[in-house]
Amino acid sequence: MKVRLRNPDRELDVAGPLSVQHLLARLDINRESVLVIRGDTLVTSDVVLQDDDVIEIRPVISGGAF
Amino acid sequence: MCRQPAVIDIRRHNAGFCGEHFLRLCRDQVTKAIEEFSMIGPGERVLVAVSGGKDSLAAWDLLSSLGYEADGLYLGLGIGDYSDTSGDHARRFAASRDLRLIEVDLRERYGFDIPTGSRAARRVPCSACGLAKRHVFDRVAVEGGYDVVATGHNLDDEAAVLFGNVLRWQVDYLARQLPVLPERDGFPRKVKPLVRLTEREMAAYCVLRGIDYIVEECPMSAGNKHLGYKEALNAIEQQSPGSKHDFYFGFLARASERFRAGIEADQAALRPCSACGAPTVTEVCAFCRLVERVTGERAGGSVPVELSAGSGVRPS
Ligand code: SF4
Ligand SMILES: [Zn+2]
Ligand SMILES: [Zn+2]
Repeated sequence: MKVRLRNPDRELDVAGPLSVQHLLARLDINRESVLVIRGDTLVTSDVVLQDDDVIEIRPVISGGAF
Repeated sequence: MCRQPAVIDIRRHNAGFCGEHFLRLCRDQVTKAIEEFSMIGPGERVLVAVSGGKDSLAAWDLLSSLGYEADGLYLGLGIGDYSDTSGDHARRFAASRDLRLIEVDLRERYGFDIPTGSRAARRVPCSACGLAKRHVFDRVAVEGGYDVVATGHNLDDEAAVLFGNVLRWQVDYLARQLPVLPERDGFPRKVKPLVRLTEREMAAYCVLRGIDYIVEECPMSAGNKHLGYKEALNAIEQQSPGSKHDFYFGFLARASERFRAGIEADQAALRPCSACGAPTVTEVCAFCRLVERVTGERAGGSVPVELSAGSGVRPS
């Protein structure tokens, strides 16, 4: 599957099938700090991602503004 | 039981939510915060501080959809591409919902932008920026006859600030860290209607509501200590869901009051800034001193505002 990461933007190829939870663990990403989007919908951590999926892992932590 | 597929799982609620139920949860949490802390009274006019990011646009969307009369204020900070893009997001959102957006440009109005201003004043950018935002939001609210200024601070923001203040025992800040700061001397009340919702929930809210927010970070936020605090708190949250909520709301319920007494003397000493009239404990307020330092001129007078997007007519 194609995994797009943001800030900075980069793309990874990861072999499926793989659950969202395992994908995040493998990339060492805390689930509290991201949303996982498949196509244009949000997916929960138990969803199993397939080889032909296109995934965005979008960080949600924003700084400043205090 | 709901049969729709879950789109988000929230471990501190120990539940997964479909889109519709999640949006309802967000509205309920905002309603609960507004009631719990008496944030906005019936018929009061709200000015929402809008940055083009997920939190402020979600706050604006939530308040409008709950029926509040809420206009937006976008402050142009002059931070290169970041400001141009974030302004576009704010304008597009306002136009798409037919909401009224007021715009003020820091450079046009006060003669400096955040990068040059913070350098000249030898302040870290976020400190100069926060000062400018507070000043301009207050000012525009007073001049526009708004009762309340609402900001998009979420649970993660508040918990991170609290964490930083506790680490250093910043007693003055702890006394003032509340979801509502009451109005005083003609200055509007400040409220944070998103305190019961996390950053991740606000991003999800925007995705589900089709709100196109700026995902990129402000380039000046690099090295901001609060980012580190948020990561630390998320590491704790992952191990024990609900920690952020308990930390912040436990402080409000059990500790916040104890820090209040110390600042009452300070409150009494407040008087109007001799240049702009904002409440301050010094002769000239911190914002006016910043402007003077950066441009060699004193701020004052009123803020010319430019209206954009939306006709000012609210959809009923
Ligand atoms: S990150 Fe700092 S400089 Fe950038 S908008 Fe936020 S407060 Fe201002
Ligand atoms: Zn449902
Ligand atoms: Zn002043």
